[in-house]
Amino acid sequence: MDTLNILLMGFISIVLINNLVFTKFLGICPYLGVSGRIDMAFGMGMAVTFVVTLSGTLTWLIDHLILMGTPLEVTRYVCFILVIAGAVQLVEMYVRKFFPSLYESFGIFLPLITTNCAILGLCLFINLWEIDNLLEAVVLSFGAGIGFTMAICIMAGIRENLNLADVPECLKGAPITLITAGLLTLAFMGFAGMIR
Amino acid sequence: MANKTSSAPLLGETFIVGLWRENPVFRLLLGMCPTLAVTAAVKPAFTMGLCVIFVLLCSNIIVSLMRNLLKPHLRILMFTLTISTFVTIADLFLRAFQPTMSEVLGPYVPLIIVNCIIICRAEACASKNRLFVSIIDALGMGAGFTVTLCVLAAVREILSTGAIWEIRILPAGFVPWAAMRMPVGAFITLGLLLGLVNVATKRNA
Repeated sequence: MDTLNILLMGFISIVLINNLVFTKFLGICPYLGVSGRIDMAFGMGMAVTFVVTLSGTLTWLIDHLILMGTPLEVTRYVCFILVIAGAVQLVEMYVRKFFPSLYESFGIFLPLITTNCAILGLCLFINLWEIDNLLEAVVLSFGAGIGFTMAICIMAGIRENLNLADVPECLKGAPITLITAGLLTLAFMGFAGMIR
Repeated sequence: MANKTSSAPLLGETFIVGLWRENPVFRLLLGMCPTLAVTAAVKPAFTMGLCVIFVLLCSNIIVSLMRNLLKPHLRILMFTLTISTFVTIADLFLRAFQPTMSEVLGPYVPLIIVNCIIICRAEACASKNRLFVSIIDALGMGAGFTVTLCVLAAVREILSTGAIWEIRILPAGFVPWAAMRMPVGAFITLGLLLGLVNVATKRNA
């Protein structure tokens, strides 16, 4: 029961309170780049969720079973990025085989998941928060992916409506997206006191 | 960026282009995540800028030196490995000599690995140009990045604490805007700065 409680709290906290996009500024590039249409945003979110769960788990295992306490610890970042690149390659092959139309519309953004800071960032945060339980690491990684999906879908929904709005000329494009993101962040700050 | 000749004015131009016309943050919208995350105050922003210059310079040098050996499909992997090696060096250096800064920047130092600016420069410039051009390009882009970071951080630090580089400049009666230190401040300040840059370019054109 206690474990379940911790897992549930961890999940809610990483989705709503410590959402990687809103509080840690991770994954901003796709957040601004792919959030033009809601179906693409959702596809991107799913791809990131898969990669982040896989690589969060794998890097935890590598970190705890091989690297920790040995001089190899300096190679941590190199190992992490290799795992992530491998996972992304896997997703890319899968999407190309089974969802060719989605693959076309992603274009360059799919391989760029490798350089999505949300993924490496989460692996580093798991290391930093000293999560020493595999299950918790898995739940946190999955929650981070869900949180990212939620953020990017909300953003895409807003931007679809923003297309119809009369935005001042100089703020069109990226600036207004950033300001919208700022206001969204403000809204999510309301969750800050929810746990602990 | 593709400078075929290497006369002095062209090199100077390569440097300037990184500062303004192709400023990585304002124009190319690259490296957003450190831009937003470490700019609550000028000092960490400046440190971050220096780290990025170091990594960008080293990786551009290495990539430029091995550009003829690269296989196309392994290119990105080689870039990433080169970059993560230098980021590890920078991280260990910070931890040893600037422990407080290392604490403040936290995971954002290792996150330089996935900073799009560095991969973008490796791909767009260093893998196609000679060593010297790549070095200048790295310096220009790095300087552009650092300056932008410092501007953004200065605005946020002044409004959130009334100080800059921890030196007080606004009168004591100034009520700090706490929101500027939070993520909200980062997003909105950057959005408005981008708007300003757009206005400035339009006026020049």
